[in-house]
Amino acid sequence: MTALLESPYEVMAGKILKTRQWTDLEKYFEVELPGRKDLGHEPGQFVMISVPGVGEAPISVSSSPTRKGSFEFVIRKAGGVTGMLHTMKEGDSVGIRGPFGHGFPTQRLEGYDLLMIGGGCGNIPLHSLITFVLDNRSKFGKVDILVGCKTPETVLFAEELKDWAKRPNVRLDLTVDRGGPGWQGKVGLITKLIPGIPTDPQRTCAVVVGPPIMYKFVIQELLKKEIPDDQILVSMERHMKCGVGKCGHCQIAQYYCCREGPVFTFKEIRHFYEAI
Amino acid sequence: MNHYMVLKKKDFNAFIEKLSKKMKVAAPVRKGVKNFAFEEVTRGDAISRVSLPTILPPKKYFMPQRETIQTFDRAVPRWNSVVSENDAIVIFGVHTCDLSGIQFLNAVMGTPPKDANYLARKANITVIGLECNDYCDAYASCKAMKTHLPSGGYDLFFTDIGDAFMVQTGSAAGETLAQETGFFTTADTGEQKKLGNIRKKKEKIFKDEISVKYANLRTVFEKTVQSEVWEDIGSRCVACGNCTNVCPTCYCFDIQDEIDLNLRTGRRVRVWDGCQNEEFAKVAGGENFRRKRGQRQRHRYMRKFAYPMEKYGTYACTGCGRCTRTCMAKISLKETIHALGEEAKS
Repeated sequence: MTALLESPYEVMAGKILKTRQWTDLEKYFEVELPGRKDLGHEPGQFVMISVPGVGEAPISVSSSPTRKGSFEFVIRKAGGVTGMLHTMKEGDSVGIRGPFGHGFPTQRLEGYDLLMIGGGCGNIPLHSLITFVLDNRSKFGKVDILVGCKTPETVLFAEELKDWAKRPNVRLDLTVDRGGPGWQGKVGLITKLIPGIPTDPQRTCAVVVGPPIMYKFVIQELLKKEIPDDQILVSMERHMKCGVGKCGHCQIAQYYCCREGPVFTFKEIRHFYEAI
Repeated sequence: MNHYMVLKKKDFNAFIEKLSKKMKVAAPVRKGVKNFAFEEVTRGDAISRVSLPTILPPKKYFMPQRETIQTFDRAVPRWNSVVSENDAIVIFGVHTCDLSGIQFLNAVMGTPPKDANYLARKANITVIGLECNDYCDAYASCKAMKTHLPSGGYDLFFTDIGDAFMVQTGSAAGETLAQETGFFTTADTGEQKKLGNIRKKKEKIFKDEISVKYANLRTVFEKTVQSEVWEDIGSRCVACGNCTNVCPTCYCFDIQDEIDLNLRTGRRVRVWDGCQNEEFAKVAGGENFRRKRGQRQRHRYMRKFAYPMEKYGTYACTGCGRCTRTCMAKISLKETIHALGEEAKS
């Protein structure tokens, strides 16, 4: 019998076009598929990146689908695969599988004021959505962006943040947990920035991406502002191994984060233990 | 069409022998006093027909412990998917609990995006069920899980009726296989009656083994998520992962790369993994979403009695009793359900 089905584990050969070391831990990559084939992702989706002999790791796409031809990642060095990726350079090849999961529901967000809050690594998937929104600026209401990082040295997309802040009807605020020499910006937790933002809760969608501890406190602030729980979107971090809803690693209650997520509404997950 | 045939016991050896000349035949083989394992056989008398479940369920033929899904050569930017097809194989002696396990795995792996590797193996497997006329031991809960009677999932199904096996066909493939061996005859009314008697006797023998009714299981588990029972189980569990390895419906896996000694060529394999292993739900930043053993045990139970109801419309427990039988810490499925059931009442 011949196999009639295509393997869901099929890997495409991607080529690294550009790399840049951004921080001690984060490195930027621009990648293209053979024939500059479109990745076809939504903001907030992830792919599995392969380094042959080392393995595969789930990585968020940081660029917006509005930018065609190639796509981008900002990868934190955290384990075997990401460690090896950090040694790679222009012209090297990496395996790409995906995109997987449900990203941010951009159609649903149309017409809403957006309050986008990113903490640390969470700013990477959020970058995809912010770029998408700014590329389609007329479809969305006012845009508030809150960016939180540990230290001034770990601020991601620093140049772009300056550019975003200049865009019409966009307000951007940046804070670091610990300041440093020469830092003139804000110092303190991101939660402190939320109460001061004027919001019309019924017409606001909040998008939160960050470490688990951030969700706990940020979501409390958003609920205090009376933003409905189905208008609060979160992206959950799990260690997906297969990406196709089988291997079990990313499961949160009955959800496979790689299939039904990684983006959920807070309403969907608020009653599940082990989610945040 | 479902219909009944008969295979005389005196022909059983010849039947297995003939079958094994055409294709691989796997069946339970005795491994010590109370242990049995599915292994390749060529003779009928090598097969153990006792009802006690094998150490590992037949899932190992559908989804081996270790399976290559890709090959690569680091010098070439290309990954080659491997969907390896097993040789045709007949699995004989699959009890009704394990048949329901296979049915569950089929549903999971057949849900899009379909698992090509699993389905390619399944296409070459013929399943011959074997009825348990009596309980295997006190760990089983097949009546409570409604798996003590045949309910699909087989190509042929055998019931021991004394000097012969009553054989029910479940698929055209099963029917053809039986016909080709030439040992099967059409069942007469006397033999039909013997089967009826066995089933009647089973009604008396098999009683609900757990104190919670089938229909209420999901609610009980959903109501007792914060129960101290999980703390207690967690304090006893040694996180060895035996319970998930032996479970007929556990299918979680890891994907790993292996590189050859030339440091150039290698393969990507999928290997069995389980939610009881500490690293299972850990992410790169170090956060572990099920850090405690109690949380991991609760997750295992929820994946049998709550989540699959939502996703696949069925429970994922087959009542085979393997998890309890194999547990070094004596964590008992029946006792756990009983304790949770009592708590849900209050």
